[in-house]
Amino acid sequence: MASQRDIRRRIGAVRNIKQITRAMQFVAASKLRRAQDATLAARPYAEKLDEVLADLAAVLGDEHHPLLARPEGGTRLLVVITTDRGLAGPLNTNTIRFALKEAAEFDGRLTTVTVGRKGRDAIRRTGIPIAAHFNGFGDKPSFADVTPLSRLVSDDFLAGTYGQIDLIFPKFVSTLVQRPTAEQLLPIRPGEDAHGVPGHQFIFEPNPAAVLRQLLPRYVATRIYQAILETTASEMSSKMVAMKSATENAEELIEDLTLSYNKVRQTNITREMIEIASGARAGR
Amino acid sequence: MPFRLEIVTPEKRAYADDVDFATLPGSEGELGVLPHHAPLISILGAGELRVRKGGVEESFAIIGGFVQVLPDKVVVMAETADLASEIDLERAQEARHSAERALEAGIVEPVDLAQARAELQAALVRIRVAERRHREGPHRRG
Repeated sequence: MASQRDIRRRIGAVRNIKQITRAMQFVAASKLRRAQDATLAARPYAEKLDEVLADLAAVLGDEHHPLLARPEGGTRLLVVITTDRGLAGPLNTNTIRFALKEAAEFDGRLTTVTVGRKGRDAIRRTGIPIAAHFNGFGDKPSFADVTPLSRLVSDDFLAGTYGQIDLIFPKFVSTLVQRPTAEQLLPIRPGEDAHGVPGHQFIFEPNPAAVLRQLLPRYVATRIYQAILETTASEMSSKMVAMKSATENAEELIEDLTLSYNKVRQTNITREMIEIASGARAGR
Repeated sequence: MPFRLEIVTPEKRAYADDVDFATLPGSEGELGVLPHHAPLISILGAGELRVRKGGVEESFAIIGGFVQVLPDKVVVMAETADLASEIDLERAQEARHSAERALEAGIVEPVDLAQARAELQAALVRIRVAERRHREGPHRRG
């Protein structure tokens, strides 16, 4: 049986861990609020772009821009978005498992672009090719951060390297639920859940095709930006929940250890009393 | 009669208010919008967006955007929109110099070249808008 001092030392250690996990829980909670605000703040722009795209689709035919057209065959690209740091519960594991399942079910050539270190490390081990990797978007991703990634995938799509590009990321459903999701990024499918302003005949300046040319790259960047914001919100909520249960586990452990500490202490006292009593009897 | 003007960027709603008059940096030159303008969707160039509300004028440096004009509402979608009074002139100057240096150093990658040009243009627009604001101060017109 462990000595009294050993147990006391362990209680101290667990108490320190509890303090750290508790602090991490609160940090994640406040970052979650910020991430949720950022996701909400990004929504009006994205909705407006959807709307204008739908307005354009009403005027233009389908095949007016190469970003809208589906090329024959071609490699499929998965953009797998995970976090840079761990300690976020099962979030990354689930996202990676989902991505690998997508990859396994697709028979054809497939490549990935990874965002976030965790995804890169896991995919590298499977041997699925990684065409590019991005990390360090941090807790407060900005739209400008996303531009290089967006330009890379758009350019490669236009160059015919890829036939289809999907985003895989943990969608933020609620604080308790983050669901790995695949969303088709390119070719763009406009008008599926977007509606233009009905009943308006818009004048397009300088002309519809030129507006579309300017709009599509931003549309792609916005979709990626939103996926990354969702990932950040998911990361923070998953981390918050993971740290909360770690804190609770630490509390339980402290209780158990305190119990054994008291038992050991009691045993020691009893033993000493027996020794004193028997010593006294022997001396009599 | 005032109309609703909204400026949205990928990161936030930068402005939303009822205004009397707005001038936008259209791709084909200045674009003035009064109430009851015909429905229009236009590309915007990098430049200055001015709004007038109750005799007070405000201006924004707008980069990379579109405008959708509806009968009762004007929505500007821009990559960045900075209120003139909030532009950090020193930082804009710095951004300009570093972009200029990058361009002078000679860039081979077309992607980097486009990036440097875009940064230079953004810096120039911000400087222009901020300087005009410093020169003239906030507008007050009857």
